[in-house]
Amino acid sequence: MKNPLDSVIGTIIAGFVLTVVLFFFAKNFLGG
Amino acid sequence: MDLLIDRWLHVMAGITWIGLLYYFNFIQVPSMGKIKEDGSATAITKFIAPKALLWFRWAALATWLTGAYYLERSGIGLANAFLLKGTAAYIGLGVWMGTIMLFNVWVLIWPNQKKVLGIVDASDEAKLKAGRIALLASRTNTMLSIPMLFFMIAGSTAHMSIMVSY
Repeated sequence: MKNPLDSVIGTIIAGFVLTVVLFFFAKNFLGG
Repeated sequence: MDLLIDRWLHVMAGITWIGLLYYFNFIQVPSMGKIKEDGSATAITKFIAPKALLWFRWAALATWLTGAYYLERSGIGLANAFLLKGTAAYIGLGVWMGTIMLFNVWVLIWPNQKKVLGIVDASDEAKLKAGRIALLASRTNTMLSIPMLFFMIAGSTAHMSIMVSY
């Protein structure tokens, strides 16, 4: 599998995916 | 008043840091192949990149320090953010990513870029390896900047309800 960080577009997509994952992690497991 | 000025400086330093990060990743690095073919790489490697890296690394440190000061003085607490405690959890995720990014700048990107740009002596093989490490660290920072900015914004009280109730 190709490293997404080898391309600019792969890097940006990885950033957005990571944002969504962390958002749901934070919403369900953090805060309050 | 000092908090307002500190936050203002934090955002300005952050724009300088991430703006240069995006310049490197979206403009300079993808253009280097054609620039080398054109024979004008020296302009980048000798003059532009060293100056851009100077602003880049010091803006990164200034961003982190002004952010840490803000957390301490505002009552949120840097330790609470790192420990993802209570309402500091959201800004804490941003703090973790910002801290990893600062580490990447000073420990991975800058020492390896010094080899690539010829600021310190290195063999051709060492330069190739250094270039790969610097590129991956820089791309990691570009990737992390996206959720980092989201959690910096989400951590402000104006948006906290969205994170809790959405």
